[in-house]
Amino acid sequence: MNTIFESFRSAFESIRAHGFRSLLTSLGIIIGVTSVIAVVSIVQGLSYTINAQFAGLGGNSLTVRSHTPFKQQLRGKLAKLNDNDMQAISRQIDGISHITPILFTQTGRQGAISYRSQTAFSRVIGIGPSYLQVNGVYPQEGRFFTRDDNSRRRLVCAVGADVIDNLEIPKPAIGEFFMLGDEWCKIVGVIERRGEILGFSQDDYVLLPYGTARRIMGTTRDLDIQIQLLVDDMNRLEEVKSRIRRVLRKEHKLKAGQADDFRVQTAEQLTESFNAVLNTITAVSAGIVGISLLVGGIGIMNIMLVSVTERTREIGILKALGATRQDILLQFLIEALTLSMIGGLVGIAIGYGLGALVASLLPGFPSAFVPLWAIFLSFGFCAAVGIIFGILPAAKASQLDPIDALRYE
Amino acid sequence: MSPSATNQAVIRLHDVYRTYEMGGQVLNALDGVSLTIKRNEYVAIVGSSGSGKSTLMNILGCLDRATKGRYLLNGTDVGDMNEGELAKARNRQIGFVFQSFNLLGRASALKNVMQPLVYRGIPLAERKRIASEALEHVGLGDRMDHLPNQLSGGQRQRVAISRALVGRPAILLADEPTGNLDSKTSQEIMGLIDQLHNDGQTIIMVTHEADIAKHCERIIRLEDGKVASDERQTKAGHI
Repeated sequence: MNTIFESFRSAFESIRAHGFRSLLTSLGIIIGVTSVIAVVSIVQGLSYTINAQFAGLGGNSLTVRSHTPFKQQLRGKLAKLNDNDMQAISRQIDGISHITPILFTQTGRQGAISYRSQTAFSRVIGIGPSYLQVNGVYPQEGRFFTRDDNSRRRLVCAVGADVIDNLEIPKPAIGEFFMLGDEWCKIVGVIERRGEILGFSQDDYVLLPYGTARRIMGTTRDLDIQIQLLVDDMNRLEEVKSRIRRVLRKEHKLKAGQADDFRVQTAEQLTESFNAVLNTITAVSAGIVGISLLVGGIGIMNIMLVSVTERTREIGILKALGATRQDILLQFLIEALTLSMIGGLVGIAIGYGLGALVASLLPGFPSAFVPLWAIFLSFGFCAAVGIIFGILPAAKASQLDPIDALRYE
Repeated sequence: MSPSATNQAVIRLHDVYRTYEMGGQVLNALDGVSLTIKRNEYVAIVGSSGSGKSTLMNILGCLDRATKGRYLLNGTDVGDMNEGELAKARNRQIGFVFQSFNLLGRASALKNVMQPLVYRGIPLAERKRIASEALEHVGLGDRMDHLPNQLSGGQRQRVAISRALVGRPAILLADEPTGNLDSKTSQEIMGLIDQLHNDGQTIIMVTHEADIAKHCERIIRLEDGKVASDERQTKAGHI
């Protein structure tokens, strides 16, 4: 215990005595750890925010969307979901508390909105009355649509807060009209603000009653909708999912052996697919960092070997004073370990700073977040690198013959 | 140590050989050396270069082992010791003083003297206390925080002596202790070593200077790895 403590003390002294050289030596480790912490902090910050956003979408919600396999896409045959599919699901399956169609307008003319001289583009989405419950969004001002709005296809809308800002509509915006394509549209509600993900606004959209959306997009076109629904009982989620599959396969007249031309996804799956991407980024960066730590370790080994040669005489003196091989081994091993761990500490600090800086410089970027596992992992990895690459020089030092070492000039 | 132990042999060499092989040639650096050194003896080992005195010194200091023959250090056979036990013997039984001082350059005088105690597992505060007493004993109480390069040659050798003795070893092994010092400082250092002898320390010194050897009570002359003469003399250099 005593000698271990002494070894740490002597390691710090020796590192301080060669300050600049020690800095250069641990630079590889510093850079490696800095990059892993920076990447992890940014990615984790993202994932944290995204998960929080998806949490708005309840755990018992299901999203059904059309899915065209790539081969079919090449043939120009696109799968679609329509009103009949939704009717079939809502009629034939019980256990569904809310169901809503979602109609995304195609990019182009329909997205253009204007107010007085201001023009902007926005996502225009047609929705059923249950959209609120399924997505957990609520109007901050004004009201939401009534059944009447839907059935009479009234040109009323609820808008995200950014639409008001972009079009410079004076507040209170309720009751104002703006141009949606060629039609005048009245604002009846403003939806509460959700903020940004990755710098993309989550509040730039126009919600229309489903009927109205169909009307202005033209009924002649064969529209593709998404269906969102809430299941009464969370435990029946899988059951409802497979029943939806059965109903839709029947509706679409799919033969056995034919693949589904739609997908049923839980909110969890949506988050998972996003997290899978983030995890891949983390894994790739971890791989790169592994290599840079390896290079850093070789740097440490190199300098430690030089240091052993330089200090041959010192090793001889210590042996004459009664240091055993283990004492010398421990001393040099701990010096390598200290060097790499200091590198790790500095790397963690700089990496976190870098992550926080990037996060604060990019507008709307979530704040950096370093999970504890990343700190422990990088620290542990540094320690391992220090020990693995410190063994060889330390062994060399401990094997020196005291007489030769004392004679060394 | 009981008074009856005073006459005990600290070192007993019996027919010791140390052989080096160089390019097929066998060289006997020590060629059948036998000698006994008792407690509180003050011995000089002299001889021309290549006579084997450094080899003998290394073997006595447990830095090297005899190829053949027995070496009993305080009654224990050094030939039976493994690497770790040799280190322990160096730490507890031997105190080295070198011609070129061999202080740890980055450590203060105090830390130099504390170093041997590290390997005995003595706690820090205790180490500090013992080491500062040892430095005060050689008159360097006011130089404890100085680095070796801030000390004069004589002061450095005093630090080295106090480091050698801090663990109360059985033998002080001094290899040309005044070789790097001017004559005035040499006299001072020899005075200190004489004083240690008077205090009861067993001292073995390798030297080629007749003036220095005169301080000792017994002079062992080596020639070609053999003991050529072993004489006792009345001490010349009184303080």
